[in-house]
Amino acid sequence: MRDIFTLALLFSAIRLATPLLLAALGGLFSERSGVINIALEGLMLAGAFTAASVTHYAHNPWAGLLAGICAGVLAAGVHAVACIRFKADQVVSGTAINMLFLGLPALFSGALFASSGSTPQIPKDQLIPWTPVIIAFVLVPVTWYILYRTAFGLRLRSVGENPEAADAAGVSVKKIRYTAVLLSGALAAIGGAYLSIGQSSLFTRNMTSGRGFIALAALIFGKWRPVQTMLACLLFGFTEAVAIQLQGVKMPSGDEIPNQFIQIIPYVLTIVVLAGFIGQSRAPRALGLPYVKEK
Amino acid sequence: MRALLRELAFPLVAVIAAFIVGGLFVWLIGDDPFHTYSLLIGSALSWPDGVGYTLFYATPLIFTGLAVAVAFRCGLLNIGAEGQLIVSAFAAAWVSIKFGGVVVDVFGSPLNYSWASLPALLLLPLSMLAAIVAGAVWGGIPGFLKARFGSHEVINTIMLNFIAAALVSYFTQYYYKIPGDPILQTAPIGTAAHIARLGRFIPGLPERIPLNLAFLLALLACALVYVFLWRTKWGYEIRSTGANPLAAEYGGISVRKQIVLAMAVSGALAGMVGINEVLGFRHRYYEGFSPGYGFTGIAVALLGRNHPVGVLLSAILFGILIRGGIFVDAFTDHVTKDLVQVLQAVVILFVAAEGAFRGSFGRFSLLKRSKV
Repeated sequence: MRDIFTLALLFSAIRLATPLLLAALGGLFSERSGVINIALEGLMLAGAFTAASVTHYAHNPWAGLLAGICAGVLAAGVHAVACIRFKADQVVSGTAINMLFLGLPALFSGALFASSGSTPQIPKDQLIPWTPVIIAFVLVPVTWYILYRTAFGLRLRSVGENPEAADAAGVSVKKIRYTAVLLSGALAAIGGAYLSIGQSSLFTRNMTSGRGFIALAALIFGKWRPVQTMLACLLFGFTEAVAIQLQGVKMPSGDEIPNQFIQIIPYVLTIVVLAGFIGQSRAPRALGLPYVKEK
Repeated sequence: MRALLRELAFPLVAVIAAFIVGGLFVWLIGDDPFHTYSLLIGSALSWPDGVGYTLFYATPLIFTGLAVAVAFRCGLLNIGAEGQLIVSAFAAAWVSIKFGGVVVDVFGSPLNYSWASLPALLLLPLSMLAAIVAGAVWGGIPGFLKARFGSHEVINTIMLNFIAAALVSYFTQYYYKIPGDPILQTAPIGTAAHIARLGRFIPGLPERIPLNLAFLLALLACALVYVFLWRTKWGYEIRSTGANPLAAEYGGISVRKQIVLAMAVSGALAGMVGINEVLGFRHRYYEGFSPGYGFTGIAVALLGRNHPVGVLLSAILFGILIRGGIFVDAFTDHVTKDLVQVLQAVVILFVAAEGAFRGSFGRFSLLKRSKV
């Protein structure tokens, strides 16, 4: 057992936590402003596919990353318009965004690369294996600062807790919510881009495989606070790293350790924490409620 | 009549809008939208293959659409139908393996995973019941968690989807896979648990088409859901809870009980997908059999206005899309069956945003929905 827990495992945990952290921080902005974002999965996919495609054509990962961010913002824009302008049910809209970006990359990759859902391999020197990791972890104190020490952060939180009062105080609820949702698109897209042009070297169909939802789980587990959310992401990244590490490892009895049981840890923990067994996890008060201005 | 037309108008607009947006994407990737759509619809409505497969694909969507609709009527969003139908399909397979007697494996040799060999008259109802009960339990869990702890059903159902997939994959891989089988699937179920294909009864419909008696069960489910929601006390209490939980509670209805009941019924309906899939089609549990029937069920329910008749119609529409999508995939230059995924997403977006125009969707989204 000893050779399993090494420094390499720690690094692997950090790298695996990175896309979760980026998406979760994105979700944090959106949800603290009162807009549920279960679209993180779809936003990540938008970022991942666009980043890989543009990097393939431009031979430049930075152009790819930028394009990925734009795609994420655009996709989040659809969610924002549906939820804020048209007051659509935020969960339903998020589900639609997830479906849309399960389909669109596959549709486009078929036409662009004649493949069923993946982009061509990107050469190793055009990948960005560490920068997004640094961005992600630097963003944690930055997010904390924005949230608790700036006027924008105060407005963001007030809009998420009590939009009527914020509105009465002269804060534009719509503007803050739009900003927050678009920001979540940008951050989730960086997380997605990291998957396609950081951790691996191409986009594959549904390559997030539920990471957007794990990020959401981490956000809830971290009680919608930046530092706790980071710790939750690290925990979930660590469990994933262990699961990878244990693949094919035999127990003394000769059986393989089934990694399905390690995979479900984040999901089980989330259900447990939501039920209030590990401290209360309280959502922003106005989460999920469209704001209707009093006439 | 006017009211009915109004009810139908917006879903129609949403579908047309989705086709236009989808057409734009088709055009963008370099195919002819008109050709694509005529191919899609034409192939889905041809007799007997088109119609047979369309109705076969519509069957699970009727079940999941009804499942989402029942939960919606109670003000709950069940995005866990996917997990519920996975658990149910496995449960149906498990019972029909355990009580199905000796079967012949993929390599042609006899295989005995069973405890007993029951006759069809006992085994079939038992397997169906297993699917329904498993779905009810897997759906009831988030219902219970919401009623008891106030935790949001959306998050819990998402988490339970992943947990269902992992657990079922574990049991399939380690206990019920035939050693040496390269595919992640269980051993075949006992033949006594097979459901007859409709081709056996309908002249002109070949038996190779997997449309089976579960389709009639789906039609029956539509009728039963209607009766349940609008003709029973339970249904009334569920709808009252969905319309206004505070008023319902004040009127003496136990909102908590309704939440658990609605989620269990919803899960049971989603679970019936297992009957169509395992007993009617593959005759084994096959990992990854569902191309997201549970999620498409959300689109089906929304488009069908959470009414059994609407659900039936929109399930057939999505059945057409799935069948036509497979055809389009093969017979156009670039368009793949993923177009269906896109159309579906756009339909949901339009229907969801429609509430703003008429305020009707607001009826179904709980004002006092507990927070995520």
